[in-house]
Amino acid sequence: MSLIYQIFVDPFVQMAGAPDLLAQTVWEGFVGGVLYALIALGFVLIFKASGVFNFAQGIMMVFAALTLVGLHEKGVPAWLALIATIGVMYVLALGVERIVLRPLVNQPDIILFMATFGLTYFLIGLGELLFGGNPKTMITEQLYLPSGAIDLKILGGTVSLQKIDIAAAIIALVMVAGLGLFFQKTRIGRALRAVADDHQAALSVGISLNQIWVVVWFAAGIVALATGILWGARSDVSFALQIVALKALPVLILGGLTSIPGAIVGGLIIGIGEKLGEFYWGPIFGGGIESWLAYVIALAFLLFRPQGLFGEAIIERI
Amino acid sequence: MFYREAGQFKTSYAADMAIFPIRQDRIGLGLILIGAFVVIPLAGNQFLLNSIMIPFLVFSLAAIGLNILTGYTGLLSLGSAAFMGVGAYACYKLSTFFPQVNILVWIVASGFVSSAVGVFFGLPSLRIKGFYLAVATLAAQFFLQWCFARVPWLYNDNTSGAIEVSTHTLFGLPVTGPNATPATRYLVVLTIVAAMAWLASNIVHGRIGRMWMAVRDMDIAAQLMGIRLLRAKLLAFAVSSFYVGVAGALMVFLWLGAAEPEAFNINLSFLLLFMVIIGGLGSIVGAFLGAALIHILPILLRALPALVGLNLGSATIEQLTFMVTGALIIFFLIVEPLGLARLWRIGKQKLRVWPFPY
Repeated sequence: MSLIYQIFVDPFVQMAGAPDLLAQTVWEGFVGGVLYALIALGFVLIFKASGVFNFAQGIMMVFAALTLVGLHEKGVPAWLALIATIGVMYVLALGVERIVLRPLVNQPDIILFMATFGLTYFLIGLGELLFGGNPKTMITEQLYLPSGAIDLKILGGTVSLQKIDIAAAIIALVMVAGLGLFFQKTRIGRALRAVADDHQAALSVGISLNQIWVVVWFAAGIVALATGILWGARSDVSFALQIVALKALPVLILGGLTSIPGAIVGGLIIGIGEKLGEFYWGPIFGGGIESWLAYVIALAFLLFRPQGLFGEAIIERI
Repeated sequence: MFYREAGQFKTSYAADMAIFPIRQDRIGLGLILIGAFVVIPLAGNQFLLNSIMIPFLVFSLAAIGLNILTGYTGLLSLGSAAFMGVGAYACYKLSTFFPQVNILVWIVASGFVSSAVGVFFGLPSLRIKGFYLAVATLAAQFFLQWCFARVPWLYNDNTSGAIEVSTHTLFGLPVTGPNATPATRYLVVLTIVAAMAWLASNIVHGRIGRMWMAVRDMDIAAQLMGIRLLRAKLLAFAVSSFYVGVAGALMVFLWLGAAEPEAFNINLSFLLLFMVIIGGLGSIVGAFLGAALIHILPILLRALPALVGLNLGSATIEQLTFMVTGALIIFFLIVEPLGLARLWRIGKQKLRVWPFPY
């Protein structure tokens, strides 16, 4: 009886009792969700255009952030390091397309998925070899990112908003809008959508698949860089961030593998859901439920919509 | 030359469908078994037995289990490490409750516990497919790992949070715990793995295996042909988790001797999936080949710089190992996406018609 009370009544009493705490928790979940959504966005870009479930997105994020910080440590000014990192991501996209994707065209999905695992291992080794395995601090000030916090006096208490979190939300918003415009309005964007729709048909109207793949992997690399900077500013830049990237997977399937708005909405649901769950329901189970709650939330949604919230309906024919 | 089947006539359907229809295959298998059971324990040193052969066999068993699920039934799973953990913890709990019962009984029983948990987490597979299912199995991975760390009952309230294996004997010889010799443990593991591989090979060649393969190739078509999807998929989850669970129990009881929850983390799941895919989806031989490659390759790579006289720091070697492993995985996938088992088959075919090209 008391367990039922603890699960179904008590958390809500707590929420109503301290609305400022609730607002703080929701805000933290929101920011976490935005960052999950950014990682998921990188996945969606590549999945849409090449049908590859790119497991390496997480390590690409770490690798980009490491390159940026590592170059700056070696004495390169921040702006030049940023440009150089973008260059590195372009070279990476070229290399992946030429060495990994092109020989594996038309292979089953699971083979391509595994190939991105190989890429992950390779990048982990390369990143540690070049920049060392120790956590690094993100160069926040040199990139003109704000720090500090704003304290809002609302709801009978104080809600503290980190400025970097606000910046993260704005950057994420700009990026999603930018990518949306890019997909809808530009020539390459149309070509990308054509490729996503049907590889063969796209080829037959003269779209170069190889070129498109370089473009999407480069775009995913830029998204990875932005995500890496923002995650890096909240915690340190280290290989542990790669595990955080796994959280993007439930976000991804919750939203639907092919949908950009899905990635955003999924990110917010997972982010807020997991923070609320950890804060209000976590103590009942002994804490730490954050590590699996996201997956269970996603699973619960999937049981009702197997293709995710915004995914294309799966039509099966014999 | 010597590998030729001329003169071997098959007079019955059973002979035609035998797993090893060619006499040379049977002789070869016999030689391998003699080598594994007699030569290696006699000739091998502690390092070979402890760090190469026992882990190789344990991983092979787990890879067979995952192969049943992913290779034969087409259900992608990223939670296999957690099921190894279920096997290990179940065996630990059972053997501390009833320490006087033969440990082999508990190793098999822990497989059944793992099987039950596997069926539970396999339920969503009926509605969710492909990568969506893979992420759903991640729920099992993270939830179970959380349980191993947070439920004190599972590790008997040890202050270290780890499970430790006490000594159990079999026919008067210690087989687990610190007193067991590597050769004894190796022989026990080898016996179990050989028996279970034989069993798996029979399952996948029979009615159940064909049912699974029909589900893999197209589940709706299989359903139309009268295969009950729910039963087929859950059976695959049950059998697969059984194998993986036994492998987990073997890993802790006969290889490591103690384990923390971290031993069953997501990286182990990925490693097992690598073994299955590099070895060849839908092949029992492939599971062994894949496990050998993925387990032994990094050991070789670490030893290589010292052998050729290069003096690199251990951290650098570790990083280079990562890079080379990653590159080799991509290389293998490009050269032979169907895995080492396919190369094995091609090699055998070439040998059969030698010296003619076909």
